[in-house]
Amino acid sequence: MILNMYLHAFTGVVKREFWRFIQQRSRFLSALVRPLLWLVVFAAGFRAALGVAIIPPYATYITYETYIAPGLCCMILLFNGMQSSLSMVYDREMGSMKVLLMSPVPRSWLLISKLLAIALISLVQVYAFLAIAWLAGVEPPALGLITALPALILVALLLGSIGLFLSARIRQLENFAGVMNFVIFPMFFLSSALYPLWKMRESSEWLYWVCQYNPFTHAVELVRFALYQQLNLQALAITLGTTLVFATLAVISFNPERTVRAAPAKA
Amino acid sequence: MTIALQIDSVSHQYGQRTALDNVNIGLVEGQFNALLGPNGAGKSTLFALLTRLYRVQQGEIRLGDDSINRNPRALLARLGVVFQQSTLDLDLTVMQNLEYHGALHGLSTREIRRRAAAELEWLGLADRTKDKVRSLNGGHRRRVEIARALLHRPDILLLDEASAGLDVASRQAINKAVRQLCEERGLTVLWATHLLEEISLDDPVVILHRGRVLAQGIGRDVCQQSDETSLDALFDRLTSAKEVTA
Repeated sequence: MILNMYLHAFTGVVKREFWRFIQQRSRFLSALVRPLLWLVVFAAGFRAALGVAIIPPYATYITYETYIAPGLCCMILLFNGMQSSLSMVYDREMGSMKVLLMSPVPRSWLLISKLLAIALISLVQVYAFLAIAWLAGVEPPALGLITALPALILVALLLGSIGLFLSARIRQLENFAGVMNFVIFPMFFLSSALYPLWKMRESSEWLYWVCQYNPFTHAVELVRFALYQQLNLQALAITLGTTLVFATLAVISFNPERTVRAAPAKA
Repeated sequence: MTIALQIDSVSHQYGQRTALDNVNIGLVEGQFNALLGPNGAGKSTLFALLTRLYRVQQGEIRLGDDSINRNPRALLARLGVVFQQSTLDLDLTVMQNLEYHGALHGLSTREIRRRAAAELEWLGLADRTKDKVRSLNGGHRRRVEIARALLHRPDILLLDEASAGLDVASRQAINKAVRQLCEERGLTVLWATHLLEEISLDDPVVILHRGRVLAQGIGRDVCQQSDETSLDALFDRLTSAKEVTA
């Protein structure tokens, strides 16, 4: 009976996320256009400038497009994770957050459901991107598309957790621009998504270390290795650990009094 | 007269400001209980406490054996709520909004659809299930919120200024529908408002002002005890007197 209740609540949260996702076709398109722009336009320009040597998990020389594909998958997950933060803030401002808070199901379970829903939606977009990338000549091993799935789920959960944690900290929708500037861009550019870290080290030692401490770097490496049917244990440990930390922080930080303060404060 | 929900010695503060001061209210079972108070009286704060959006700082709220302090989730399962600010997702359809709410209360999709069809039929919205909420007028949106609040078959329905911002006809229609719930289904209702024309002298009323309960009882009795002929006069006297002394 209780299990059924939890299951129905989970299904409800997932369905709502998908309904909203289907409503927002432009969100799906922009989620695909952004990485495709990198893959097709930027990669064409950078290809000549950035030679990628043989580095694990690759067994041979690869094109720049092939190198950045895992990073671009993670870029989709990153933007979706932050989008979830935006949607939580939106729900709070519009009042629909109260529907979630009024549920007799534990709030921690509702947040976990929300995280999984975000992850599922992100995966749809990642595989759509990989399908288009395949047509553009980026062809990881077919089996890699399956072995990458657990890695992608874990990374989606990590970035969703960061998004939910941030949503508890963002007071107003307008503040979301700050997330773009101070979270998304630094996380993405200070990682191994666009260039191998040894290249970064050649340019700047301290930037290299910043990238090393960026959990997004390890998320990208986890996906990169998984796409080539290999397991990067260090990346797995760091990604898993960071996910647990941020998921816990998200649950702890989720304070309903802060989320609904705007309305009753007048009373 | 049986008390369905008891609010005992509840106080609430926002920092230094007292929003509710030792509030004691008993909701009469199966009745249309009116919570009267001008803007800023503390009605919304009380709703936030009843719905566990805010933690109870002092006092207790009980629904039968369930206490919001000890077993908040059991209490939430027995409450249906319509908030002052709309909580519908405008981009989803009427049915999707109801499905989401029902699922959060542990109902299966089939059961939700069955119940939703019946509630929407009763509220005259049977033909709007596939419409996006954004396309509905204010009165219809309120009806959807009432249908949604009834979906999990609550014992108590709380409505915070449910008729605010609606035209007279819609206000009357919603008030009538909610009264019908008390008469036909025996539902206990708490109707918070500052519009006295929505209240009858036979209703149990609570007058709340500046976080304090100034009067409580059946409207007619409360008026008699205060030597007033109408609730309007009593309400004006109580709230304006406090304004002067405050």
